[in-house]
Amino acid sequence: MVQYDSARLDASFAAISDATRRGVLAQLGRGDASISDLAEKFHMTVTGMKKHVGVLENAGLVTTEKIGRVRTCRLGPRRLEEEMAWLEAYRQLWAARFDELDDVLEELKRKETADGRKRER
Amino acid sequence: MDANVKGESTPMKNPTTVERKSEREVVVTRTFDCPARLVFQAWTTAELFRRWWVPKSAGLNLISCEMDVRVGGGYRLVFRIDASNTMAFFGKYLDVTPHSRLVWTNEEGGEGGPITTVTFEEKEGKTLLVMSELHPSKEALDASIGSTDGMGETFDQLDELLVTLGAA
Repeated sequence: MVQYDSARLDASFAAISDATRRGVLAQLGRGDASISDLAEKFHMTVTGMKKHVGVLENAGLVTTEKIGRVRTCRLGPRRLEEEMAWLEAYRQLWAARFDELDDVLEELKRKETADGRKRER
Repeated sequence: MDANVKGESTPMKNPTTVERKSEREVVVTRTFDCPARLVFQAWTTAELFRRWWVPKSAGLNLISCEMDVRVGGGYRLVFRIDASNTMAFFGKYLDVTPHSRLVWTNEEGGEGGPITTVTFEEKEGKTLLVMSELHPSKEALDASIGSTDGMGETFDQLDELLVTLGAA
């Protein structure tokens, strides 16, 4: 369903092999943040954090957007794939429920028809 | 109507669609080939509801299902997870409009849980069902997408996805 090319997987793997970058992903999972927020949280320079964010961005794990003088980071398209997988699983759960509901309804319909016939004398 | 000769010759099922309608809302749609009053009955009668709410493939055991279907009335579903653990889902009905609309809260996660709205719209003997789950915030819906409770199948799939990612 979702396809991954190997170059991108290498990039992802490299991106998450670093503890700081994993921390940044976890942090962004809780909410968007600017590069300087992240730098402060992880006790490093803005330049150092920019590098880490760049690696995450190349792997498609993070996207950034510059608004005014602030560059805001958020979880990237990979997160969307996760969401798509969740929606698909959610759909399958409901489809399974509704298929069983069809059987219940079929039975109610039959019963109603039978009762209707009885009432027709 | 005819008995199926083989499992795979099951008549075509109506499709179920799911859409993230907004940052806070997920919507499920499905048509049923019968009048709205029957669909409504199957959603509001505990003995009928428990027959379809837990699909066999989910492998969950629903041990009790209580529904007091009226505005302000409560519902409570209890599942057995394993020999020593059960899990309850509960909340109360905010709107009960026979054959057309049901609204309830989901309070197992504390206050401010999602609100579920189900509408039943009959047209030419068929019923269009639209179920919306509205979360209090984008963060709440995102968290439910990322969380691990209540949806075994979901997370098996996510696990698979993550294995695919990690295996390269």
